[in-house]
Amino acid sequence: MRKVYVVGVGMTKFGELWERSFRDLFVEAGIRAIEDAGVDGKEIEALYIGNMSAGLLVKQEHVASLIADHSGLASLHIPATRVEGGDASGALALVQGFSSIASGMYDVVVVGGVEKMSDVMAEKASEVLATTLDQEWEAFFGMTYASAYALMAKRHMHEFGTTEEQMALVSVKNHSNGSKNPMAHFRFEVSLEKVLSSPIVSYPIKLLESHAVSDGASALVLCSEKKAKEFESPVEISGIGQASDYIALHDRDNIVSMASTIEASKRAYEMSGVKPEEVDVAEVHDCFTISEIIAIEDLGFFKKGKGGQATEDGDTEIGGKVAINTSGGLKARGHAPGATGIAQVCEIVLQLRGEAEKRQVDNAEIGLTHNLGGSGGTCVVSILRRRR
Amino acid sequence: MTEGVARFWREIPHRYRLLGSKCDSCGRVFFPPRVLCPECRRKGNISRVALSGKGKIYSYTIVKDGANGFERQVPYVIALIKLEEGPLVAGQIVDCSPDEVEVGKPVELVFRRVSEDGEEGIIYYGYKFRLAEEEN
Amino acid sequence: MKAGIVSYGIYIPMYRITAREIAKIWGKDPKEIENGLLIKEKSVPGIDEDTVTISVEAARNCIKRVRVDPSEIGAIFVGSESHPYAVKPTATIVGEAIGATPEMTAADYEFACKAGTAGIQTSLGLVNSGMIKYGLAIGADTAQGAPGDPLEYSASAGGAAFLIGSKDKIAEVLDTYSFTTDTPDFWRREGKAYPRHAGRFTGAPAYFKHIISASRGIMERNSIEPKEIDYVVFHQPNGKFPMRAAKLLGFEKEQYLPGIVVTQIGNTYSASSLIGLSAVLDVCNGGEKVLLTSFGSGAGSDSFLLEVTDKIVEIKDKAPKFSEFIRRKKYLSYGEYLKLSGKIKLS
Repeated sequence: MRKVYVVGVGMTKFGELWERSFRDLFVEAGIRAIEDAGVDGKEIEALYIGNMSAGLLVKQEHVASLIADHSGLASLHIPATRVEGGDASGALALVQGFSSIASGMYDVVVVGGVEKMSDVMAEKASEVLATTLDQEWEAFFGMTYASAYALMAKRHMHEFGTTEEQMALVSVKNHSNGSKNPMAHFRFEVSLEKVLSSPIVSYPIKLLESHAVSDGASALVLCSEKKAKEFESPVEISGIGQASDYIALHDRDNIVSMASTIEASKRAYEMSGVKPEEVDVAEVHDCFTISEIIAIEDLGFFKKGKGGQATEDGDTEIGGKVAINTSGGLKARGHAPGATGIAQVCEIVLQLRGEAEKRQVDNAEIGLTHNLGGSGGTCVVSILRRRR
Repeated sequence: MTEGVARFWREIPHRYRLLGSKCDSCGRVFFPPRVLCPECRRKGNISRVALSGKGKIYSYTIVKDGANGFERQVPYVIALIKLEEGPLVAGQIVDCSPDEVEVGKPVELVFRRVSEDGEEGIIYYGYKFRLAEEEN
Repeated sequence: MKAGIVSYGIYIPMYRITAREIAKIWGKDPKEIENGLLIKEKSVPGIDEDTVTISVEAARNCIKRVRVDPSEIGAIFVGSESHPYAVKPTATIVGEAIGATPEMTAADYEFACKAGTAGIQTSLGLVNSGMIKYGLAIGADTAQGAPGDPLEYSASAGGAAFLIGSKDKIAEVLDTYSFTTDTPDFWRREGKAYPRHAGRFTGAPAYFKHIISASRGIMERNSIEPKEIDYVVFHQPNGKFPMRAAKLLGFEKEQYLPGIVVTQIGNTYSASSLIGLSAVLDVCNGGEKVLLTSFGSGAGSDSFLLEVTDKIVEIKDKAPKFSEFIRRKKYLSYGEYLKLSGKIKLS
């Protein structure tokens, strides 16, 4: 298997981008990634796009062709493929791009993700997110995307004594990080009191513990080792793991951890030879505060049940044991479902290059991304390393 | 009316009567029913089994920002119920104040309207749960 | 006759609104209303309840009391004036929900408040003829009174299911007798949300004439006197009507009071007399005689002369009794009541 490198990153600001259409968004992110890498459009051999639900959100399917076309690649007729795995769609595009280079099929590919959430009313956006659950046996009975995570949160509280304060502190931290990220949807800090007193969405989850509903796009230029030598600061994807699980909560052995996260991370750690304690910085899928707590346990950073305490102890802050969600995470950087997994990689690459400015983790060498689909039916974990 | 009816109709026995399935090879009971046992896969042997609807609350949430079509019901309780026969099932707990709901409390099955395809479309009936009297 | 009652089960939603709460909104004197109708409070269906769900719950409570395989039920009749569908039967949904389908017949009945007893008569006929082994007759309603209409104090929700068969009977049906005329005392035109009624005309020429004629008819035909009957149950549009009818026929308080349920749950329409009968079955013993007379506007009455068997003692505790449905309740404000009954339109 050949080594794979990230040589260019680009993303739009995440947020309610009223003036930008679905097709505009990706063009901006794609051009930024290509300019960041300094490659010529003609060198791109394939395009993989993660997108969750353009069909429901902007009534457009067949988005890979649309995006290749509007990115100025139509005349080159490159293979363009859209992949879907709920809000893990972006990371699935990464897996596809990675495989195509690792296998020797291509030397330079662009992977990206895009989602346009604000062209529908907020209620519709919530309904679309709930389609990542089991439609017939969860959403049918009134379960929302937030309430799936609320069920996990309540059980985590029941089994481990995790507190509402500990969960709220995830939001406080991620807002603090997001306030330092120019690309973030929410660039303001929030106090613990403000999070705890925000309206309940689905008990115990509060509004200020819920991901931003964002428009956004993100893109990476990936290349082979041979090609990587031509670039200034390539970052190696030293491990990648993808896993699936029962789509519905009711079929799982427990709901206080995610088997998909455990399996995907095990595969990524094995491929890279990295141990959890060696990770300096990680972007994890904090669609709700409880999911960050569950993720940092399942990824092996903290013992099962201790994620809340670790958050309270400051272990996940910049400067802590492992910096979690320096971008602000889904909470503050934002959640544009198809684009989220790739935006996570953008952040880690900036951290490993030392370009993360006010939110830079000192001497970050090893980073990790963790992207979930739905309530954990899909998970992708990638491990990135600064080239020494 | 915007939805086709077959998608609802084919689930009627499962939603009305909590008809699940069972793998006769390993004994595991499934709800919603599966056609393939995830443990035994092709070596499994699936048969139908009616479930009692009796169980205990495994986890719950009080939904304040309701799903489309459920706006009139907020706040409503969605729970995972650990059924006597083994499987977990997701459903609403009705006829109680949300603060009466606790992990571990026993529940029983009720038959209710779950949603509808607008005012002129088909009414979707199915299972929900309510708190049962504690057995001493 | 060969056919009789094998089991019974009821269901009453847990929500209640008091007559006082409604009176307050419309500027009426609560005492006047309470004393005029003898209704303290009425049941209100939950936001996710309708005639179908109430029928299913009553049917399940009925089946729970006995060891009858639902697939042996050959006919299901649901009598109601509030079927959720104008076209598409309630009875098929009940059949599917209790596991009686597909070898059975089913039909929905409508005869104002006596459609449930019409289903019992049909079932008795089918069992007597040998066409079916068991018939399930249900009377259920989520009755609607227009806001501000006197009916609003009484129109309530509930259901009762009776399993008719020829073996292991809890009550023999000694006779049944009907009295029917065309009397327009109460009606609802197709497509209209609320019924209309003819005011005081609903009394003497309608309710009393039919209830008394049918009750006298069956007693005369069987040469039985009121004093030989242990309990009497009538349709109960309010508390006053059935008590007055009972007195006119010569019954005493201890004969009619056990079957008066309207004072606590309101008028459950098609279920009204059947819930009254169920409340009596909850407390009676083998050998006791019961007279049941329903009334449906439009108009007609079905009378039944029943003799309870010793079997009643074995089954009555196996499903929730009327007293349990009365115990478990939650009071609503008038605003909550409007929301639950769908009287507030959302855009």
